[in-house]
Amino acid sequence: MVTTTQTPPGAYVPGAHPNLPPPSSSVGAVGWMRSNLFSSPANTLLTLVAIYLLYTLIPPVVQWAFLQADLNGDSREACTSGGACWVFIKSRFAQFMYGFYPDAERWRVDTLGIMLVVCLSWLLIPHLPAKKWVILFALLIYPIIAFFLLYGGSFGLEIVETPQWGGLMLTLVIAIVGITTSLPLGILLALGRRSNMPLVRAVCVVFIEFWRGVPLITVLFMASVMLPLFLPEGVNFDKLLRALIGIMLFSAAYMAEVVRGGLQAIPKGQYEAAAALGLGYWKMMGLIILPQALKLVIPGIVNTFIGLFKDTTLVLIIGLFDFLGIIQSAATDPKWLGYAVEGYVFAAAVYWLFCFSMSRYSQHLEQKLATGHKR
Amino acid sequence: MTTESKSLTKPRKPPVWNDPTYRAIFFQLLLLVLVVGFGLYIFNNTTANLERQGIASGFGFLQTTAGFDIITHLIDYTEESTYGRAFMVSLINTLVLAAIGIVLATILGVIVGIARLSPNWLIARMATVYIETIRNIPLLLQIFFWYFAVLRSVPHPRDSMQIFDTFFLNNRGLYSPAPLFEQGFWLIPAALGIAIIAIITIAIWAKRRQERTGQPFHTVWVSLGIFFGLPLLAAIVTGFPLTWEYPELKGFNFRGGMVIIPEFMSMLLALSIYTAAFIAEIVRAGIQAVSHGQTEAAYALGLRPGPTLRLVILPQALRVIIPPLTSQYLNLTKNSSLAAAIAYPELVSVFAGTVLNQTGQAVEIIAITMAVYLALSLLISLFMNWYNQKMALVER
Repeated sequence: MVTTTQTPPGAYVPGAHPNLPPPSSSVGAVGWMRSNLFSSPANTLLTLVAIYLLYTLIPPVVQWAFLQADLNGDSREACTSGGACWVFIKSRFAQFMYGFYPDAERWRVDTLGIMLVVCLSWLLIPHLPAKKWVILFALLIYPIIAFFLLYGGSFGLEIVETPQWGGLMLTLVIAIVGITTSLPLGILLALGRRSNMPLVRAVCVVFIEFWRGVPLITVLFMASVMLPLFLPEGVNFDKLLRALIGIMLFSAAYMAEVVRGGLQAIPKGQYEAAAALGLGYWKMMGLIILPQALKLVIPGIVNTFIGLFKDTTLVLIIGLFDFLGIIQSAATDPKWLGYAVEGYVFAAAVYWLFCFSMSRYSQHLEQKLATGHKR
Repeated sequence: MTTESKSLTKPRKPPVWNDPTYRAIFFQLLLLVLVVGFGLYIFNNTTANLERQGIASGFGFLQTTAGFDIITHLIDYTEESTYGRAFMVSLINTLVLAAIGIVLATILGVIVGIARLSPNWLIARMATVYIETIRNIPLLLQIFFWYFAVLRSVPHPRDSMQIFDTFFLNNRGLYSPAPLFEQGFWLIPAALGIAIIAIITIAIWAKRRQERTGQPFHTVWVSLGIFFGLPLLAAIVTGFPLTWEYPELKGFNFRGGMVIIPEFMSMLLALSIYTAAFIAEIVRAGIQAVSHGQTEAAYALGLRPGPTLRLVILPQALRVIIPPLTSQYLNLTKNSSLAAAIAYPELVSVFAGTVLNQTGQAVEIIAITMAVYLALSLLISLFMNWYNQKMALVER
């Protein structure tokens, strides 16, 4: 029995009506705001409090830093508008960069800086050829050039003693030397801590735990006060070199712990497979284990680098004029008394730029090297 | 046939210099000789140098009169006190700074960490900006900012900023009323102690009862009642033996009351704000590490949101949070040594600074200072290992 049902007029026929657009309150800017800012009474309250906070905070800061700021002139008399006095930064800029490095010799620092930037960008920009040679150059030849250019004393260059070094240049010298020496030392220490030889392991554990247990400032005190006592009579190190040794040992211990984390994450099968292939200890580590382990701990390594970069500021306590140290001493100069905030804001911006770009680059590297083992 | 199997079972012995066992022994001996030789070399040089410079050695200086004053001391200290006493004073200052800093940093860090996960876009963004800004700026710079730019540039005592005529902020510090304890006050802390013991006992009993019978007990409300009730009762019985001494402006400065010096305040602000940024990231990672399925499973079992958080989410999140959190506490304690840069009288600034300059006994003083920090970190590491073992996942 087949009956054909007649739809009564006005009844719902699927597909006969056009789809209505979603209500205007759930799409677009309004919808976004409803779901992200005003989803519940508590959230609305939080949003309003946050907006009020931003309103009280941001306009005065913008006013101070940009709208009312003084940029022109060369003495504190030029700062009359009541806003930030960037004249202070401008007139001391060269000192902030080079410290007390003689005017006539600053081209040497500039040359090194340009070489560093070229090398780094060559390495960081993908698809550029001959990266291996650039790395070799940066690690082996560049330090030698840097030493002869910065310190001088040969090739007809005037000697510039390290107390004259300062500013951002000194900060970068300490950070780069610290970074490039602490990584290999840290890897060695981590390998030692995972070694099968009990004595090697004990020495590495004691070394790592000692440096990790004390604050960097006591290490620097030790380097500046005790190290001269350790050396035979007549032998003396430069103050900067002593600080560098302290920083290197200190951050190598932290690096060792990071690398150890990577080594522990490598499955035992990898070690056994490498041994089964007949590789000796160093070949096994260098070709199989370390490339995987280091890749795993890139975030940790870069975090240690960032920490080291921030920690370079501590050398001002033992009397070296790094970037922060030179700004601090300029802010206490009677000629510019009362403009410390401008100095600190400038310093904070520079340090932030360096550290933030390092952390962003490590995130990028992590994604690039990911081989899909992550869940 | 027999000869062949014999040669298979008994492989050719490698020469001694290729045998791993002998090699290991050789390298370890070499290392031992190097380490001991280096130590002896340093020891000889140091004794020779000390003799030549006429610097005394040994720890006898700890009994010598110090002759300098320390602006904040929680135990009695005068200029006639010994170096040993100065050491104690500065150690206590370090510990107080670290302890208060840890509490503040944890509170702020947990709030920011949760804020970063908030569904509220604005709040989450603000927390992110806070974290990314603060942790990428050196701590020493932040200390300088709070000390030189903020707290040293607030008004002179004469025109202090004030809140309700009880708190005064000026460039000498933050003045607040000081409590004056009268007779019988000891009853109140005693009552508080009894209350805490009672709460612990009740909590243990309630847990046992719940495990035995399944009946829950309102531990939280009862505990709160005991915690505030008992001391209040003691206060009523003794007749509120506590008065406040208000600071007053006399001449150029305030007299009376308690004062928190700007050095301490700026250290506290910088340390807790800086460390909170790291703690916030740890808290966020810990909460995100617990999968959402856990919440759903708990709801499916009939648990309400409160017990779900308390019994299911938090124990699992804490397992992830506690180890890095402990190392942040350790960092904060070690970073408190940066106070030397603004002359807050803590261990490094007083002991490794002033005392070292006065006595010149660098080796002993640096050794003591490092030993203190080493002991602190070892203690915290031991605690962390114990806690880790307690909390570790028991796998079947």
